[in-house]
Amino acid sequence: MTATCERAVERLFFAAAFVSAFVTLFIFGFMVYYGLPLFSGGRFLAILTSHWAPHQGSFGIYPMIVGTLAISLLAMVFAFPLSMGCAILISVVSRGRLSRILRKVVEVMTGIPTVVYGFVGIFLLIPLVRNVFDAGSGMCVLSASLMLAVLVSPTMILFFCDSFDRVPRSYGHAVLALGGTRIQHFLHVTLPCAWPGIIVAVTMALGRAVGDTLIALMLAGNAVQAPDSVFDSARTLTSHIALVFAADNESLEFKAIFACGVSLYLFTTILVLMIRLAARARGKVGQVG
Amino acid sequence: MGRLVERIIVLFSWLSGAILLSVICAVTGYLCFKGLKTIGPALIFGSTDPMSALLLRQRVFDGLFPAMAGTLLLVLMSVGWAIPLGTAAGIYLAEYAGVKTKKIFDLLFDLLAGLPSIVIGLFGFSLTLFLNRHVSKELHPCLLLSSIALAFLILPYIIRTTQIALENLPMHNRLTGLAMGATRMQNLVHVLLPQALAGMVSGILLAIGRCAEDTAVIMLTGVVASAGVPRSVLSHYEALPFYIFYISSQYANQQELATGYGAAILLLFICLLLFGLAFVIKKNLPCQVFSQR
Repeated sequence: MTATCERAVERLFFAAAFVSAFVTLFIFGFMVYYGLPLFSGGRFLAILTSHWAPHQGSFGIYPMIVGTLAISLLAMVFAFPLSMGCAILISVVSRGRLSRILRKVVEVMTGIPTVVYGFVGIFLLIPLVRNVFDAGSGMCVLSASLMLAVLVSPTMILFFCDSFDRVPRSYGHAVLALGGTRIQHFLHVTLPCAWPGIIVAVTMALGRAVGDTLIALMLAGNAVQAPDSVFDSARTLTSHIALVFAADNESLEFKAIFACGVSLYLFTTILVLMIRLAARARGKVGQVG
Repeated sequence: MGRLVERIIVLFSWLSGAILLSVICAVTGYLCFKGLKTIGPALIFGSTDPMSALLLRQRVFDGLFPAMAGTLLLVLMSVGWAIPLGTAAGIYLAEYAGVKTKKIFDLLFDLLAGLPSIVIGLFGFSLTLFLNRHVSKELHPCLLLSSIALAFLILPYIIRTTQIALENLPMHNRLTGLAMGATRMQNLVHVLLPQALAGMVSGILLAIGRCAEDTAVIMLTGVVASAGVPRSVLSHYEALPFYIFYISSQYANQQELATGYGAAILLLFICLLLFGLAFVIKKNLPCQVFSQR
């Protein structure tokens, strides 16, 4: 009796896991199904590389891809040094109480809602960018990527700190015993050992930056054009979905947002695979210790 | 030369820390400066009498009450979907899955966790279209479909925290019950789950925070700027984060904008409260459970 019951419960648990996993694949299938008229006959690549001109029957998402890459990569350019500096401050330079408080502040920052960043960005950052750089409305690639950098930094800092802390303490004893400073220890021992963790952190942050909707939607201006400079307005794949989804359900214009969805899905898949590779390398570093 | 590099690194790290702290102070300080004076009963109930608004006798037009009610219902419903499914899946991964099955599931859940929320929203939207066409013409974007889509967004978090909480239990705790003749189920229910509870609850609180702050999913699945308190699960609804987003570009006068600041403070407060609660539970509960035994 109990044995049957046990088996039934185990089946139930398996079913839950199976359904959850199936949803992941189902999402992809659904988007391909709905975007099908656009993808058939090898037109998917053409959509990725052509321009958005709905009235001329061209539904390419090239400008949005460029916009996404510009905004998220620029955000990484700001966020990486900032996060690296903060992580060094937390785990190498400062000690004791200060280090703990800083870490806590960063942890709390991860809990701040995205829409709040966007809201403050509109009323604080946009006028600033407008006045300092004399950049039109101020809604541009630069504003969005600055705010996005603030959004992704806390996660990156915590991951950096974590990967610094994972390097076994015994590795550094030789350096310290020879009279090396903590910074030398960090540069020559911790950093070379922690690189897989750093790659994981950067990849995750990039995924967050690309996948974020609200910041770019609120701060980047949403013009459908591939931006030429950081002061140009741009539209990301995510905001394109948010802006076009209300169009007529049967139109090709509407179908094009599924091309955005599929691109984002594939991009996420690549990042997740990269993270797994790097994490495996990190596992090996840990095994040596 | 080496000394100089070291000094530069130290200086740079202090500078980064200062920048980060000043940014966070600027964000919260600016919100408080602009919005603190709006905080009060009038922010939530407007000019309506609070009692009659709470009892749904009167609709609140100039306050955040409908948005807060919408967010609350949305969170409750999506957590209601996600907790049973996610916990069960997490238990399966931690306790029952074989190495190969686990690998496949791990990859898929990582992928689900990494998907941008707008993609989940798009899925919810296309699900609505599909149901509308093939099941019932009555189905439109609504509270029910939003909550289902949001449940998929937080599902991987709940699965992961459950799995990690169970896997981190020490081996002797895991084996004692079994050695005394308990079946796998009994061991799970009476020994492992109570000890893993703190980790699971803190994960759920973080998931609630994600639900409350997410805007992209609900934007595509039925939230609107003005709907009042939702009358049924099949109706449109308002939500706090969407209200903030909407006000930021569509405010008609300074008073609406001030309500927007108030809403932003409120949402920030709710999310940080959940965050703090999750932290406290994670830190304190395991010891309590342990000392009771």
